[in-house]
Amino acid sequence: MKYEPVIGLEVHAQLQTKTKIFCGCETKFGDEANTRTCPVCIGMPGVLPVLNRTAVEYTIKTGLATHGSINPSSRFARKNYFYPDLPKGYQISQFELPLCEKGYVEIVVDGEVKRIKLTRIHLEEDAGKNLHQSGGGASLVDLNRAGTPLMEIVSEPDIRSSEEASEYLKKLRSILRYIGVSDADMEKGNFRCDANVSLRPAGSKEYGTRAEIKNVNSFKFVQRAIDYEIKRQAQILEGGGRVVQETRLFDSEKGVTFSMRSKEEAHDYRYFPEPDLVPVAIPLERVEEIRKTIPELPDAKRERFARQYGLPEHDADMLTQTRALADYFEEAAKLSGQPKAASNWMMGELARLLNADGKDIEVCAITPAMIAGMLKLIDGGVISTKIAKTVFEEMYRSGKDAGAVVKEQGLVQVSDSGVIEQIIGDVMKANPGQVADYRAGKDKLLGFFVGQVMKASKGKANPDMVNELLKKMLSE
Amino acid sequence: MKITKQEVEHVARLARLEFPEQEQERLTDQLSKILTFMETLNGLDTTGVAPTSHVLDIRNVMRDDEPVACLTQEAALANAPDKAAGHYRVPKIIE
Ligand SMILES: [Zn+2]
Repeated sequence: MKYEPVIGLEVHAQLQTKTKIFCGCETKFGDEANTRTCPVCIGMPGVLPVLNRTAVEYTIKTGLATHGSINPSSRFARKNYFYPDLPKGYQISQFELPLCEKGYVEIVVDGEVKRIKLTRIHLEEDAGKNLHQSGGGASLVDLNRAGTPLMEIVSEPDIRSSEEASEYLKKLRSILRYIGVSDADMEKGNFRCDANVSLRPAGSKEYGTRAEIKNVNSFKFVQRAIDYEIKRQAQILEGGGRVVQETRLFDSEKGVTFSMRSKEEAHDYRYFPEPDLVPVAIPLERVEEIRKTIPELPDAKRERFARQYGLPEHDADMLTQTRALADYFEEAAKLSGQPKAASNWMMGELARLLNADGKDIEVCAITPAMIAGMLKLIDGGVISTKIAKTVFEEMYRSGKDAGAVVKEQGLVQVSDSGVIEQIIGDVMKANPGQVADYRAGKDKLLGFFVGQVMKASKGKANPDMVNELLKKMLSE
Repeated sequence: MKITKQEVEHVARLARLEFPEQEQERLTDQLSKILTFMETLNGLDTTGVAPTSHVLDIRNVMRDDEPVACLTQEAALANAPDKAAGHYRVPKIIE
């Protein structure tokens, strides 16, 4: 039988506020353990949480950016469970009336736009960190992270493959970064993903029993964990067995998911309304003000780039993945007046150099103005496109502009016909056999002569002139 | 409303509480009485009354996103029954 995977994702994204969600402790990590805490976030008796307005507004901004509706009244709830990294014995989260409901995110699969619906976006607090000491019978707890604002973004089970899951996560990350509410860096642990995976016979409307895969920490691993889970469940179903509803973890070294049996009872969280926090009811006018702070989002930008600059869909998609990249491109396009050429250099040489160094565009030594400057030199015939690659690499290494690099290294294109004729003469003299063959009708040898002349000129001869003069001199 | 002894045991286990047999029976009885008392409220006609989220009729109590001083590590750990290397030390967590 053919099975169809049904996947829903829960994403936890840390908000980049200055302080924690219910206290004024700074949300800085990498600091010494337990130096970013106060009586509120370590759960001392008698303290009261006070909600961070920015955390609420960032969540609303995310809801608006994903086409969701903002609940006119929202409230917090206690989720009760015991774990050493949760000092109060409960997590302040949201259950009924989350801040946002019913949005969607668009992804592109096989050239088709697909909508992944969002069930809800709610706000909650993060837990601390446990360190498991090797040997010894103890674990260590650092509460610096406890109380960091987290957004939980829950999708509908609209995802049908691991590729779609990966596209969805990338798009969500891109949106969060565009609107500046989260770093959304999976490797740093501030963008975490749980996946609910089930199978059903193709064409069936009913859902099968699902397994929840928790805490997968990279895009690649999410894809691999889902693929493994799909295979595992298909094998069970084909063998006539039944999938057990359970929580599973992904072992990235073995590439398998395994059951996390110990937490079965912990699912009874006994949610109840948080008595220490009053309801949140953001006035409509304020919601509209927040809406106005949302910049052009990746999908809209991609469409505009394709339309306004005549870029292919693929290029427009690549250039809009981050806001920094998109801004960089627009600046280079504006300064040079050559959007297609600017895009080609960014997608080609620049991407190659940055990739090799594992660097982002934000720290690139080449500015958009420098790209425009180089394109002007090519356009004016000062350097050839071939030489430009050398110039570009040197610009990247030294941070000097194209004019300076060309001057320093003597890379100016040779467009003096006398000089080029002389080089051609030398090349012809050195290759009398090929000259005779060419004259006898072997036209294909022209390429050979072009290569020789360019080599002799150290790549600096103007290629158009070389072509033209070669044809002329060879046929004399 | 009746509550069973099994339910009391379950809730106690979730709350990490332990009671001797006799006390469990006493609590089952008391909790049943409390729940029966709560049922009185069900007699009220609440048609057209919005659900209450909080006993206080106020909204939007929020603070600005401005940092304040934190506790020192020493102060934070002062009441911890066990500590090591600047951390709270707890019995080994088995995953
Ligand atoms: Zn704090």
